[in-house]
Amino acid sequence: MLEMLNALLVIVLVLNLFALGTSRILSVIHIVATQGALLGVIPLLLHGRLSLPVVLAATAAIILKGMAIPAIMIRSLRAAQIKREVEPMIGLLPSVLLGAFATGFVLLFSKQLPLAGQQIDTLIVPASISTILVGFILLTTRFKALSQVLGYLVLENGIFIFGMLLVQAIPFIVEMGMFLDLFVGIFVISIITNHINQAFSSMDTRWLVSLREE
Amino acid sequence: MLGMGLIETLIHLMLLLLLPPLLLGVINKTKALAAGRVGAPYLQLYYDLFKLMRKGMVLSRTTTWIFPAGPVITLAAVMLAGLLIPFGPFNAPIAFAGDLILFAYLFGLARFFTTAAALDTGSAFEGMGAAREVTFACLSEPALFFALLVLAKKTGSLTLNHMLHGPITVFPAPAEAPLVLVALGLFVVLLAETCRIPIDDPNTHLELTMIHEAMSLDHSGPLLGVILYASALKLFILSALLLHLVAPFQSGYMYLDWLLFVVETFGVAVLIGILESLMARLQMKRVPYLLTGALLLCGAGFILLVR
Repeated sequence: MLEMLNALLVIVLVLNLFALGTSRILSVIHIVATQGALLGVIPLLLHGRLSLPVVLAATAAIILKGMAIPAIMIRSLRAAQIKREVEPMIGLLPSVLLGAFATGFVLLFSKQLPLAGQQIDTLIVPASISTILVGFILLTTRFKALSQVLGYLVLENGIFIFGMLLVQAIPFIVEMGMFLDLFVGIFVISIITNHINQAFSSMDTRWLVSLREE
Repeated sequence: MLGMGLIETLIHLMLLLLLPPLLLGVINKTKALAAGRVGAPYLQLYYDLFKLMRKGMVLSRTTTWIFPAGPVITLAAVMLAGLLIPFGPFNAPIAFAGDLILFAYLFGLARFFTTAAALDTGSAFEGMGAAREVTFACLSEPALFFALLVLAKKTGSLTLNHMLHGPITVFPAPAEAPLVLVALGLFVVLLAETCRIPIDDPNTHLELTMIHEAMSLDHSGPLLGVILYASALKLFILSALLLHLVAPFQSGYMYLDWLLFVVETFGVAVLIGILESLMARLQMKRVPYLLTGALLLCGAGFILLVR
């Protein structure tokens, strides 16, 4: 189980790097969706036996992160009629390298953290911190509103992985509440994105600077 | 037991010599089926090789002995590399401590002579192909080394035989995080070394985008046949290497295991065929990104192991 978990987390880390290195927003949406769906499987692995709430939570996570949110984003992408991130603040290759260095650093550094015994062998903590960092890189170096939302989603995935440490302790209702928040958040952001697009005929968030009171 | 060892070596040699062109046939058939065509027969490359071997050669007056020597030495080096690598659960015919370095540098030697022969023609175009080949090799070679390093560290052995059998005997491969990374990285290295689609298109003759094809433009007849055969051999050897990581299964029965190995190799070929049907070739300037990605994957595997 533990080995399976580590293999899954490693694939999540690889997907992080792919998300950093891809210029087409649609591909990034697919990558983040895959990542979210993979993360939905993790609670099933962590719980020794399958109970109804666990299976429900996992199904909800997979449907929400793997299908619903990507569907909303693809919809607003289509409405906005943009295909690729034209000019990230730092180039694609440098951002992949930055992400890889962050991941490597976290992998080395997480051994120093005073973790509880059973967490030493899993990659949960390093995977979560490096996913958060990658989300942060995406969020800060991209200018298109939709790319920034994707950065936020990756960030949230990182936090979700961290939550796996407490998977035995979090009640079902809290988990569902978090998913609802996420869903509403993405929904609202997509609407805002459409409005930005209509107001400026571009999704570049730098245009927002020109909004001033006269 | 000497008898068994002899049979193993014989089967190893037979597969090494005869199977590789069929692999390309499988790839092309998969691509054809995906595109809704009937496609060339599975044995097409054998026919091609046979045809090329009977033809004459045209040698440019500007070339020296390096030009015909290039493909021949390449073939010899790749063949020797094929003797070092164990197929499936069986041992390789040649094994000694540190043979992983020889394995990696036999590919290096093959590359050196391919590019030297290309430069020998004095054509600017072939020079460009050679420059591209070595540039991309700068990234794929370290990735291969990191991959071998991870296996060496994991098994505590420097013999390819022992290292590559590690996934069967010491640890379950799909369940080990570093091995997942290394397998992904090695797959990209395989595609780069054999010039398959996301990196290079083996079918294209569009001049400005070719890598490997550009280097063999002036070779004709038997020499071209040797080049085609060597690249098929390379594909076969690298997929045998990859299979140790992704499908370390064995049944325990000798002949069944050989059959399993052959089927798995075809599986890799089908996978490559599907990938080629789904993807377009990358822009030339993006190829280093992909290879850097492979390097980072294998490097991350190593970090994960030693941390």
